[in-house]
Amino acid sequence: MSQALTYAYYPGCSGLGTSREYDLSTRAVCEALGIVLADVPDWSCCGSTPAHTVDHVLSAALAARNLAKVEAMGRDTVVTPCPSCLTNLRTASHRMADDSFRERTNALLDAPCQNAVTAKSVLQIVVEDYGIERLSRKVVRPLAGLRVAAYYGCIMNRPPEVMAFDDHENPMAMDDILSALGADVRPFPLKVECCGASYGVARRDIVARLSGRLLDAAADVGADMVVAACPLCQMNLDLRQEQINSANRTSHRMPVLYYTQLMGLALGIPEERLGLDKLCVSPRKVLRAAAGRAEAAKAQGSGA
Amino acid sequence: METIDMQAAFDPEFVARVQAESGQNLALCYQCGNCTAGCPYTFAYDIPVSQMMRLVQMGRREKALRARSLWLCASCESCTTRCPNDIDVARVMDVMRHMARRAGYAPEKAVKSFWDCFLDSMRKHGRVYELGLVADYVARTGRFWTDADLGPRMLLKGKLSLKPHDIQGKDEVRRIFERFAARSGS
Repeated sequence: MSQALTYAYYPGCSGLGTSREYDLSTRAVCEALGIVLADVPDWSCCGSTPAHTVDHVLSAALAARNLAKVEAMGRDTVVTPCPSCLTNLRTASHRMADDSFRERTNALLDAPCQNAVTAKSVLQIVVEDYGIERLSRKVVRPLAGLRVAAYYGCIMNRPPEVMAFDDHENPMAMDDILSALGADVRPFPLKVECCGASYGVARRDIVARLSGRLLDAAADVGADMVVAACPLCQMNLDLRQEQINSANRTSHRMPVLYYTQLMGLALGIPEERLGLDKLCVSPRKVLRAAAGRAEAAKAQGSGA
Repeated sequence: METIDMQAAFDPEFVARVQAESGQNLALCYQCGNCTAGCPYTFAYDIPVSQMMRLVQMGRREKALRARSLWLCASCESCTTRCPNDIDVARVMDVMRHMARRAGYAPEKAVKSFWDCFLDSMRKHGRVYELGLVADYVARTGRFWTDADLGPRMLLKGKLSLKPHDIQGKDEVRRIFERFAARSGS
């Protein structure tokens, strides 16, 4: 038996609130796969978008406090489910490769950061370290009959020099995972388009337009649901779906799940551990319909 | 079409500053428009991103720093990723946003208020306290109905914590902000 994959884990602020189900399902899925997540002790907010709109050294320092905590754990890799946290952690590392930038960053910190930690997304370690092959062997309840649109959001893979993972125009990590789970992955042309980010509060019109377009496109390709990897994308598409519908005069009832929730279902993890009840648009109907389609296909197959 | 007086408004110091703070060679931009074509926010911008790049090249400080576009860029990195000359365009936008902030310009006040509330929340608690953030935002902007439709639903789903998530090291986080403020003030 090979040694268990172990990583420092950075949940991110939204994991405590608006993306509770992402954190829950990530932990449940990793546990089922034997991936050990060790929480970064006393982690703080990475600063997200607001910090880098003020200053790049400030933004790096807020991320670096956490990288220093990972160093203190004796780990060289930290994983996070959230692409925004990931961007901040990776951008801080990228810029701190420059000595003078690192000095200015460390000057804001109590304890200096050596810049010896690599940040990765949970998505990346599932694909690169755990492996799709191995994952497919763990599937006990295939998602046959379920038509999905895999939506990565804008910053999971961009810019490529910083994120260094997958393809920046046509990422496939989630597509491959979902295919391995048995789902019917539709080609989704807006995979990396922005959802309107955090403008939902101050400029709801922007989110209505950009997220509206995503929902329209997902429906157009015949998807039963959108599968997301970013807390902000998921929130805009799910929680704000009614706002979007009323702004655009549409009537979408499109469930928006995290890919980890679907992994959990396929791995046979009980629903309550995956936070399915926390979604605004319930996925029950489309999950049932997909199961029905799969049954019918099977019956037809065995009858022939 | 507006005629630009190329002599009158040229501010060479502004060009040098944006270049130094962003670490980008701005002269490389030849206005292909790829950034604007891929920018999801062009519909909401007063000045498209390629024209923002041109304004910096032309040293048009005031016009560039007063643009609403600076406050509507979500840093989605389309422009940076697709620039044929490898200019980190999103970083240039970010740097101009820093300058606009220092100059006291914020034509999208609600956006700036939201970001300020976010940072205040993390300065206070070490992590973002979403309910407190929204309350602070409503108090600052007077936008009483901001997401009033979402709040109850989020509470019901257990997606909004009633209490802040204070961390032990919140003073360390506060000191990061204090040192930054002291450095910026000098």
